[in-house]
Amino acid sequence: MSETSGKPDGRDPLGRDTIPKFFAYNARHRRDRPSIREKDLGIWQTWTWGEAAGKVRHLACGLAVLGFRRDDKLAIVGDNRPELYWSVAAAQALGGVPVPIYQDSVADEIQYVIDHAEVRFAIAENQEQVDKLISIKDRLPKLETIIFSDPRGMRHYDHAFLHDLEAVMAKGEAHDRAHPGFYDEEMAKGKGSDISLICYTSGTTGRPKGVMLSHDNVVRSATLAINFDKISETDEILAYLPIAWVGDNFISYAEAAIAGFCVNCPESADTVLQDLREVGPTYFFAPPRIFENLLTTVMIRMEDASAIKRRMFHYFIGVAKRAGCAILERKPVSLTDRLLYALGDLLVYGPLKNVLGMSRLRLAYTAGEAIGPDIFDFFRALGINLKQLYGQTECTVYLCMHTDTDVNPDTVGPPAPGVELKIDEATGEVLYRSPGVFVGYYKNDAATAETKTADGWVHTGDAGVFTDAGHLRIIDRAKDVGRLNDGSLFAPKYIENKLKFFSHIKEAVAFGHGRDYAAVFINIDLAAVGSWAERNGIAYTSYADLAGRPEVYDLIKGCIEQVNRDLSSDSSMTASQIRRFLILHKELDADDGELTRTRKVRRSTIAERYGTLIEALYSGQPSVAVESRITFEDGRTGSFKANLPIAEAASYSTMRKAG
Amino acid sequence: MSVADKKIGDVLLKVENISLSFGGVKALSDISFEIREHEVLAIIGPNGAGKSSMLNCINGFYHPQQGTITYRGEKRKQMKPHEAASHGIARTFQNIALFKGMSTLDNIMTGRLLKMKAGLIASAFYKGPAEREQIVHREFCERIIDFLEIQAIRKVPVGRLPYGLQKRVELARALAAEPTLLLLDEPMAGMNLEEKQDMCRFILDVNDEFGTTICLIEHDMGVVMDISDRVVVLDYGRKIGDGVPAEVKNNQAVIDAYLGVQH
Repeated sequence: MSETSGKPDGRDPLGRDTIPKFFAYNARHRRDRPSIREKDLGIWQTWTWGEAAGKVRHLACGLAVLGFRRDDKLAIVGDNRPELYWSVAAAQALGGVPVPIYQDSVADEIQYVIDHAEVRFAIAENQEQVDKLISIKDRLPKLETIIFSDPRGMRHYDHAFLHDLEAVMAKGEAHDRAHPGFYDEEMAKGKGSDISLICYTSGTTGRPKGVMLSHDNVVRSATLAINFDKISETDEILAYLPIAWVGDNFISYAEAAIAGFCVNCPESADTVLQDLREVGPTYFFAPPRIFENLLTTVMIRMEDASAIKRRMFHYFIGVAKRAGCAILERKPVSLTDRLLYALGDLLVYGPLKNVLGMSRLRLAYTAGEAIGPDIFDFFRALGINLKQLYGQTECTVYLCMHTDTDVNPDTVGPPAPGVELKIDEATGEVLYRSPGVFVGYYKNDAATAETKTADGWVHTGDAGVFTDAGHLRIIDRAKDVGRLNDGSLFAPKYIENKLKFFSHIKEAVAFGHGRDYAAVFINIDLAAVGSWAERNGIAYTSYADLAGRPEVYDLIKGCIEQVNRDLSSDSSMTASQIRRFLILHKELDADDGELTRTRKVRRSTIAERYGTLIEALYSGQPSVAVESRITFEDGRTGSFKANLPIAEAASYSTMRKAG
Repeated sequence: MSVADKKIGDVLLKVENISLSFGGVKALSDISFEIREHEVLAIIGPNGAGKSSMLNCINGFYHPQQGTITYRGEKRKQMKPHEAASHGIARTFQNIALFKGMSTLDNIMTGRLLKMKAGLIASAFYKGPAEREQIVHREFCERIIDFLEIQAIRKVPVGRLPYGLQKRVELARALAAEPTLLLLDEPMAGMNLEEKQDMCRFILDVNDEFGTTICLIEHDMGVVMDISDRVVVLDYGRKIGDGVPAEVKNNQAVIDAYLGVQH
């Protein structure tokens, strides 16, 4: 089976093939339009395209003065700050390659990336990041220079390899005055086929891999996406997702430069929701958990509202659920519902969107994980054009996107412009060809050859199916899709996602490959279950205590049986109904290596660490003793002993639809 | 960064033979010590040793019956708290003393009140000099907000904040007065480990960035030994130790006071 769409190529008609060239263009044609904002001392400060291009120029010249050469790597670590985006452009203008690093990485993780990418220059946002770099510098002989952008607390640092960004820019300005043609010449040498970025993927297994993307990959993909969604220079976004994630680089840097819109950097990680409200972006990208949190906050705060407001809210949300999505997709809706919806917009949806900072939002995407249909539909019903996107770092962000008029929460949409998709008959794996196909993994030809076939198709590693409407539905990682002993399909992620849509369940890990039946580990959500316990008068002392209460087991059992009923209605999934489960005594945590930094379950680590628990799920015993190690935030470790009950859940026979 | 390259200056405040009693209770008897410029001085001692009384004497809350306090070369016997404040002595309290119904920002702005010149009428109309003055002070407060990383709670009424953050707001308000000498009464009491670490970092940063002299009372010995340049130990209103942390730690009188011996 193969699905194809048209093949526009996304090349720039003006021949601009690197992002710095778009900066130069914007400096001439959008000189006084805002390019980036940052809140400083409580006031939004704006840099125009003219100013931003000047900063990039000085920074690039400054880097050159310090000895940064073509093909050098520049590691960038910190929050979303204008200077860090400029440093990406500065490195690219000199023909260097930026290597953004997750700002919450511990020193060892940073060390691996810097060592593997053979980084000579690093830019760190502040003292915290500099301290991490200094702590590993002895083990990184190639790392020569560290530049910091926030001088706070840095006064007593007298290392010769440390430079203040301001000083570097001042040097660059002087160099630029002395050699006015230098920057433009260097920038003009850049070609579309050059490597523009190395993004290290967080990786659910093994060490991270450095995905090399060319300028062509980024420029062409971004141009196609901009045309697809009609993004223009009047759009506004909030840049709050980690700069090391390819999506942020794509949206807040590449798309911003190509379309010429304004990027807003939040004051701090804690103020994102307030900043969202103040900025009122028109284009917004968020992983499902952000939408989940927003919805939970709204619902909790509505519970505290006065009775009349609460009734009004619930009544109009009912109207929106009935008619909102149809109105958004311009489908026929009865006149009464249309009028009620208009009234609801005035009384409830409008003010609510204002509080959420979504009044001006015309385009919102969610990606990374499956989103709960309820959550998805809630925002769409309010009139927010929320869509799903599917992709990965290796394809330069996207493969599938919903169109504005054809949205389905269960799918990730049809193949995007320029993307060819096919599904491997044998394994169910999704393969693609697109302008965004990455160049290769840095210094890892074996992995590159494994992922890219000789005829240009790339393995996504995800298993999916096409719906009748031509949309792609992702069911799981291809390697995780297994078989039960009776030979029927077992897609753990599919089951886990269904479980995670319940507010009481934070994480779930499903087992079943090579077993007689499916079984799961559950992580309860402390906030949701805690408040449920409070309302039901159940006393508890700690997370572990709450997780072990029989009442909580009954609560979770209800959720699981509902999932089983759901699974029983789908003939290919009915065999993977969950028979037995247990609730883990601790939260799965990235610090313990059980989750990745992007909060994806690491199956191998869990299988290894909780092997006895898994055996217990299949042995028929009513409980299991456990001892586990916990790593605290400050790095100390402790151990924990408990006796976990194992419960059974009812399963259902397959229900055939009538006809 | 090491503490060694810090320049500890001359004596900023000198306490000589201070005695304070409430009726028959002797809170402090014959206490003398010095606070030098740019240092972090910790006052420690068991409960009821007279630590808070000592701070209250320094900023003029209590008036000792005997002894003198020399501040910036000026000898005085008594001072009112507002005089202390206008001379550059700011403090925080053991039991948080913020305006609970006001926002974090407004609370911090109250720390600037002594420096504001505009009158009631001018401020009410908010024009000309009054407006300019307000902007200057607001900017100063915003720098402190940035420094203490409390941007996210700028507009939140402090009554709604958790304890650890309220302590931080109190520190912010004290800093807003641009003090020469900052008195902190148990800045870390009741905090968890992470909050304590944050607070330690802020205290050291304040000392380092603004050169503010800090005199603090603290019970957590780990914290005291880590961040102070010098330690004064009180017990039953008497001074039993004075010196660098390592010295004080091995002082027999101090060990006895903490572990308890027959008196």
